[in-house]
This record gives sequence, structure tokens and C-alpha cells, in this order.
Amino acid sequence: MGNEAIAMGAIAAGVGLVCGYPGTPSTEVLETVAKHRPEDCYVEWSINEKTAMEVAAGAAYAGTRVLVTMKQMGLNVASDPLMCVEYVGVKGGMVVLVADDPGPISSQTEQDTRTFARFSKVPCFDPSTAQEAYDMVQEAFELSEKYGTPVFVRPTTRVSHGYADIEVKDPEEYTKHTPEGFIKDTKKWVIFPRASFLNHQRIEKRNQELTKELSASPFNRIEPESESTVGCGFGIACGGISYTYAMEARKELGDVKLLKVGTPFPFPEELALDFLEGLDQVLCIEELDPVIERELTYICNKYGMNVWIRGKVEGYTPNAGENTVDSVKKVMARFLGKDLKTPVAPQLPPLPVRPPVLCAGCPHRASFYAVKKAMAGKKTLYCGDIGCYTLGNAMPLDMVDTCLCMGAGLGIAQGVFHTEPDTNCFAFVGDSTFFASAIPSVINGLFNQADFTLVVLDNSTTAMTGHQPHPGTGRTMMGKTVPAVSIEGVLKGVGLTCVETVDPLDHEAAVACVKRVAAEKGVKAIIFRSPCIAVSKPSGKCAVDADACIGCRTCIDEIGCPALFFADDRAVIDEAQCTGCGLCSQICPVCAIAPAGKEARHE
Amino acid sequence: MNKNIILCGVGGQGTVLASRLISAAAMKEGLPVQSAETIGMAQRGGSVFSHIRIGEGVNTPMIGLGQADLVLGFELGETVRQLPYLKEGGKVIAADRAVMPVTASLAGGYDPSVMKEYLTANVPDLTIVEVEEAFKELGSSKVLNLLLLGSALHTGSLGLSKQSVLSAIQENVPPKFLDLNLKAVQFYK
Repeated sequence: MGNEAIAMGAIAAGVGLVCGYPGTPSTEVLETVAKHRPEDCYVEWSINEKTAMEVAAGAAYAGTRVLVTMKQMGLNVASDPLMCVEYVGVKGGMVVLVADDPGPISSQTEQDTRTFARFSKVPCFDPSTAQEAYDMVQEAFELSEKYGTPVFVRPTTRVSHGYADIEVKDPEEYTKHTPEGFIKDTKKWVIFPRASFLNHQRIEKRNQELTKELSASPFNRIEPESESTVGCGFGIACGGISYTYAMEARKELGDVKLLKVGTPFPFPEELALDFLEGLDQVLCIEELDPVIERELTYICNKYGMNVWIRGKVEGYTPNAGENTVDSVKKVMARFLGKDLKTPVAPQLPPLPVRPPVLCAGCPHRASFYAVKKAMAGKKTLYCGDIGCYTLGNAMPLDMVDTCLCMGAGLGIAQGVFHTEPDTNCFAFVGDSTFFASAIPSVINGLFNQADFTLVVLDNSTTAMTGHQPHPGTGRTMMGKTVPAVSIEGVLKGVGLTCVETVDPLDHEAAVACVKRVAAEKGVKAIIFRSPCIAVSKPSGKCAVDADACIGCRTCIDEIGCPALFFADDRAVIDEAQCTGCGLCSQICPVCAIAPAGKEARHE
Repeated sequence: MNKNIILCGVGGQGTVLASRLISAAAMKEGLPVQSAETIGMAQRGGSVFSHIRIGEGVNTPMIGLGQADLVLGFELGETVRQLPYLKEGGKVIAADRAVMPVTASLAGGYDPSVMKEYLTANVPDLTIVEVEEAFKELGSSKVLNLLLLGSALHTGSLGLSKQSVLSAIQENVPPKFLDLNLKAVQFYK
């Protein structure tokens, strides 16, 4: 896997500290380091990306080689320390691994870390394959130490989650790195306006020089044209996974001259000049922002070259979404004026639509349903957040009115309250998200006299990204068991007086709890505590007594559990999926569903 | 040898493990492999697929339309969804299984027999695998992935030897489930 290759590359480079916050498609990098970590390498899931960036900076100040990992949304959280660390500089190599998500497949935005690289002035590597990711990470550490700057490695989903066999170093070939330790020097490590002015000049000069140095990097190269295409005047410029698609298309369309960009910032200017020489038109193939396209346009202007740079800006290629093998082949054929042998698309029958849903037995379903029942008929606002529980928006639950970014639901609930105080505002947040980014907003609401109900959906794990530990789990990535941080303790500690904990799978008690807490004034909290079905044992299977079932569809229409079906006018439970959570058995109006290991309660 | 294989199904059916086993088996035979999988939110009951490309001269893990030699379908509707990727004359092995989306339970469902008829009418090289009997005999419905892998192996569609697939299973499946999985992969003889 590309992410595993990045992790192994970091280990080969002698990384001494790895930290980050989970986020698809970046998560497996840190997990792989933790699995294969050498004895002198420290690994942690930090509480959020900002803290991770600061932990990484501290270790790099002390001369350790550090890797900090996150997805592109996380870079926004970490941008405050990163922007400043670029000015202050580092001593140990600091690689910032940010995985981008064209599509987007599992993200809120299609932001481009290559653009962030230009903005933050941080050099950026953009791998096309798992092998290149492995090699680039090691090169990124070298560059980082040579210039005392953090360096981005920025794979996209298809590179991070693509698998390939790769060549790796033997452990004897690994770089050994012994950190020098932190050496006091306030002129260096304390950021001040005067020093920042000088650092700004230094950084601009360095990045200008890097455009030359990186032109010689093996990650930037011109793929030679074949005899049949020499002098045709057409060129292709690309990077990332799109490079692999373009190379695939060249097999069919001919070996047209191709510029592969592995360091989109600083851009390999000299190499680009060589590439542009003799060309009339260049097609840029890239995902997300037109980074290569703008750089080439700029270079043509700078050197007075008359080459038509084509791509996203004029709408020749799509400006949103992922590229595919087929979309790249198609646009290259159009650009080169060639006919394509396209397979005839079969006329398919209408296919089932499968939006992602909460798993069968997921305790979040019961939590949302309890709030829905308790607040029926009242004016409500349900602010969702980032995690599995975003899926509470799906029918029939329909319990997510807003979703923005990590921890945002609490602030949004407060803003709506200040505008329409008669609305019962709820903010739903998962346990990991609570620790990552909800706590300051709880205090904000308390201090500024807002009125809303915080609902913490505590399933004892970071479920969406694959079950990472967090402060509430009491397990660290170093394999230690430590005192768990109590969510109730945090809330009561900052001054909340109404904090109730309830098992959402006890439907009656959960509804009563919601009614009680929602009636209180100010900021109050409900903690729905029940473990994720993926980290707990199923308690058996529920079963429908077909003779007692009256076919009213209440269970199916109310809770939308994927284990519940309707067949022959009766509810049916798919045993392969049912975890025995028992929510359906508690809401059946005729008690026809037997909870796990028990008889149905009907008379 | 060059082989493009697509595995498809619904999140939770075990396509990821099957895909990794095929890749591991190919590597045992010294063949270069590239693959890609659906990971993340779509795993929660959504449509999932894996692309596997075995052989020299492959640039990208993604398979283009009309390029797959084999589609291994874990679910009838999902099998049909991937047909545009099937090469002319390519093979389809599909489990005789339908998973109803939750939305279908609310809105009335879809008819698996329509999918089966479509496959029969449009795919000359089609194997439909009846899995219910195997589930009963093996005492588990969680071996769908290994049953299909076994069927692909048995019909020679993988281009890989039984030995390398079996040893890939031995190395990649937790000991607790090993026996069941080995039985499942050899169920169709």
C-alpha cells in the first residue's frame, strides 16, 4: 500500500518521532510505523493535527527526524504552527505527510496541498506510485535537513491506497540518526517580527534556488518522445496518479513528449524550459488545482515563449473531481486529434443505489432515534459533525441538519441559538472529535451564556478511520495502558452542572434522559455510551416471530437498520448482519421481535 | 502473463481480503502486482470494488473500461454495475447473492432476478456460484470471499496456481479462521 511504503520510507530514513491525527486517506502511514517501529522511534496519535504539528516541531527543534501525518482537512487545523515553523525552521528533518482526496471520496473539500505549499512556502513532493512515495519520503528528509525547512509529501487517495510490489532497503541500509538535542538560541527559536522579515527573504531566495536544484531531481523528468511524434508540437505535462494514467494512454496514442512533475513547488523551472522548447501546445493533466498549468503559463510569460498551455483554466479538462484512466485517455486523444477505439458501453438495467449507512447494530442509530423521539413536535436544530455519525443524516433517521468540519457543530448550535433562542439546539459529536476540537467551544458556550445540548456519542474508538485509540480509550500507540481521560470529568471540570450518561440501547431510559437534559437551561450534556460494534462482541441475534409480526413496517420505517428487511408482508432479520443490539425489539408495537437470547414479549 | 481482475460487492462482504490474497499469491509466483481498493465511508454498506493488475508493463493500478479479464462479483447488482469494465470475451464469476440497500427496504427494493437474467443474456463466459449450500455445509455465511476465490481458482480464471493461493491464505488469514477459510476455498472441486 502506498501509505505503507511512505511509512517504511520514513523508517529507512531513521525517523525518530511520528505523530498525527487519523483521516482518510492518510491514516495507515502512522499505523504502519507503529507496527514496524524501531526501538528508538516514538509514535503517537495526537489529540488533533495542530498539536501533532507542534509535537513534531519540538522534536525537530531537538534534532530528531520527524514525520507528522494528516489528511488535507487536517492541514487546515495545523496551518497555524506550520506557517510559523516554515519561518523559524527546523534542525532535524521534518516531513509533513498530507494526503489529498480528489473526488472528494471521503472529505468535505477538494483543496490541494500543492497550492498550500506555495502559500506556506513549504517545498512539496507529489508521488505517482508507491515506489516513488517510498523514495520521495527519504529524499524529503534530506532536503528538509539541508535547508532547515519542513517538507510536504502529498499523495492522493489512489496513491495512498494503491498497492504495488516495491523495492525496499534492507534494515542494514537504514539511515541511523542520533538527535543532537535542543540547543538554546532565542534568536533562532523565538519568532519575532524582525527575524521573520529576514527569514522571509531567506526563504524566497532558497525557493528560487530550489527551482534549479529540483530540475535535476529524478522525480522531475521528461519522458522521451518516439520517432513518430518528434516535431508534432504537442506535449503533455502531469504529476501524481495522473502521470500513471497518461503513461497508460501513451501506449495507445503514441509516445508524445511528456513532462512529469514530482515537485510541484518549488517548480522545476529549468527542466520545464527544456520541455517547452519546440512545442506549440501543452495539455496539463492534473487533479484538483491547475498548479502545473499555472506554473507553465507563468514560465512561458517569463521567458517570452509562445506555447499554448491548456487545461482546467479554459475548461478543456474538468476543474473538479478525480481523473480516471479513461478520462485521461479521452482528453489526450482529443488534444492529439486521434481516434480512440472506445468499447461500446453496455446498456445496464437500473442498478440499486447504495449510499453509505450506519452499520447494523450501530449505537449511534439508537442515540439519534432517542433524541428524535424525545424531541418530537418541538422546534429543534440538530448539528452533526465529522465521523461515522454524519451518516445519521440518512433517511429514515434524518437527524443531521448541519455538518461543516471537525467540532463545528457546537459553534453552529450557539450561533443559531443567539439568532433564534426558542430553538432547541443540539450538537452531536463523537468521542474522538470531542477531544480533538470540541472542548474550547463548550467553554465558549458556557462563558457566553448560550443554551444548547451537547450530545457526545461515545463508542470508545475513532470508528470512521479504522478504530484508532484516543485519550478516552486509555491505550497509546506505544502499547501502553494509561489512565483514560473522562469526558464527564472534562465537562464537569469546565463548569457544566448538567451532565448525564446513558446507554442508548436502553431506549426508554435514553428518551427519558434526553427529555430531562433538554429541559435544562444553558450548556448541558448527554453522553451516549455504547461501544462500536466493530470493537465489541455481538450479544447474539434478534429474531422476528413471524406469527406475531403484523407487518406494520414500524421497525423498518423508523430506524433504517440494514439487517431489517421486509419479505412476504413480514419483517425479516438478516442473521449475518444482526448484532443483537435490540433496538428493533424495543420499538416493535406488538413486541414481535425477540431480543438476543430471549423470547419475544408478545402475549 | 497479464491479468486485470475486478472484485466487487457491498461493504462488509470481504472483498478486501480476497483482493489481498490474490495479490499475495501473484507475488509468490514472482509476478509484479498493482491493486487499488475502496476504503473509508463507502465501506459502510456502499458499493465497493478492488482492481488488481498482474503482470509486466503496468503503469497504474486502475483498470480502464473494457479492460478486465475477470469480474469476480460478490453481489448480483454490483456485478452488473462493473460490466462496462469487462473485456470482450472476459469472464464473470458471480455469487448468487443479493444485498438489498437500506434505501431499497424503504422504497421497495430491487429485483435480483433481473440482474441474473441480464448477466445470462449478456455475458457468454458466465459462472453463477450458488453459495447457500456451501454456507450451510461450512456453517458460516462469512466465507463468501473464499468461496468465490475458490471458484475462480477452480475454473482457472486467476491464472495462478492452487499452491500459491493456499499459501497466501496460510500467511494472511488469522489462525482462528484458517481452517474454515481453507475449507471454503477448496469447496468447489
